[in-house]
Amino acid sequence: MGFNVIGKTIMKSLFGKPATAMYPIVKNEFYPNTRGRIENDITLCNYCGLCGRRCPAGAIEVSKPEKKWEIDRTRCIVCNFCVQVCARNALSTERHYTTPMTDKSKRITTLYGEKEEPVKEKVQENA
Amino acid sequence: MGERTIIPFGPQHPVLPEPLHLDLILEDEKVVGAVPSIGFVHRGLEKLVEKRDFHEMVYVIERVCGICSFIHGQGYCQTVEGLMGIEIPERAKYLRTIWAELSRVHSHILWLGLMADAYGFESLFMHCWRVREKVLDIFEETTGGRVIFSVCRVGGVWKDIDNDTLKRIVTVLKDVEKEIKELSDVFIKDYTVQKRTRGVGVLTYQEAIDLGAVGPTLRGSGVPMDMRKLGYAAYGELDFEPIVEKDGDCYARTLVRVREVFQSLDLIYQAVNKIPDGEIATKVRGNPPAGEFISRLEQPRGQVIYYAKGNGTKYLDRFRVRTPTFANIAPLLKMLPGSDLADVPILALTIDPCISCTER
Repeated sequence: MGFNVIGKTIMKSLFGKPATAMYPIVKNEFYPNTRGRIENDITLCNYCGLCGRRCPAGAIEVSKPEKKWEIDRTRCIVCNFCVQVCARNALSTERHYTTPMTDKSKRITTLYGEKEEPVKEKVQENA
Repeated sequence: MGERTIIPFGPQHPVLPEPLHLDLILEDEKVVGAVPSIGFVHRGLEKLVEKRDFHEMVYVIERVCGICSFIHGQGYCQTVEGLMGIEIPERAKYLRTIWAELSRVHSHILWLGLMADAYGFESLFMHCWRVREKVLDIFEETTGGRVIFSVCRVGGVWKDIDNDTLKRIVTVLKDVEKEIKELSDVFIKDYTVQKRTRGVGVLTYQEAIDLGAVGPTLRGSGVPMDMRKLGYAAYGELDFEPIVEKDGDCYARTLVRVREVFQSLDLIYQAVNKIPDGEIATKVRGNPPAGEFISRLEQPRGQVIYYAKGNGTKYLDRFRVRTPTFANIAPLLKMLPGSDLADVPILALTIDPCISCTER
């Protein structure tokens, strides 16, 4: 019995697929549900600021007069609550995680919306 | 009689990533006493309840612990629902049960791996964690997170698992069960493993009760006490008996956890068969009224107690968690005297300490 298990394990280890992935070469596959990071479709946003008020981590800042939506990626805990409370369905959860950063100033992503002109996006992120 | 020496164990120790500190009083190689100290990772999460409204607080409470995050969220929601008198839909109860049992499976497999690592069985440790990965993948697929699920809400759950996915989960879990069966044989039958665990750190039936041990530590000493028997969530409709071992040593506690993995898998199969269709959440109106509520749940590590006090506003007055590790530190201090210094890591692990839970 013991030898059987050992033999099977050895065979599996020799000829089977490795349990780990060669990370930088093989990228991780995400599920459709995976909560990676929060994104905002600024064209739908009406800057009501509900997401900012309900955020448990205080990561989102919204300014109506400036038409600005700002998220601090390092504060955000990706709990998805802002997505659930957004009345305009502007917010969504991307499957990909925020990439690591070496520069602290890049942690903040700011989006500006403009009324008549086409949308200008200013993304300060290395993602 | 040798001279007494004091050896500090932790807060940084290879066997335990968490900051548990014990001052071990030794006579030669024998431990004669231990003085614990905790408080290295206190974050003040309970106090936050006064500043975050009761819906947002779920996400904070989930972050009390990384392993039983779901059950913390569930316990908080259950307490607030009890305070507000909300009855959640049946399907939500079953979904909570399934996620809670999956949490127990992954927590116990993680613990088995750590235990193997504690007595130097590296390959067994890696095999355990390889199997655990499949359970984490199920979490990622169904909730979106691998460790923190953010899927519980006051009044139900946020996400549904459709019936096809549930069936696929069962197939994956059958594979997991087969692999755990192979791995558990090592924990149960292996000669060297038994040498390290049998007769080490015996906690008798009476001591376990007197010192207020909880969870597998208590059941390993022969006390059939399991909070799931209270019938919260869907446990009232599922068929199971608390798992009990009589010896009270490390081996008995390992055996309880090994058998609980299979029990949890069985509970998931039962829940998948019985899960009704319908709503997954009820609408929550108003704020928690003035009043108090206490609920008790069974975490992988044992009984956890939640207390909530409302005042009619959207902020709770007080929220308190009594975590299982806190209850199990006293039994640990009972187990330590008389053991060898080399057995201390195993004894510290055998209560499955989660210090970040304990300190919040």
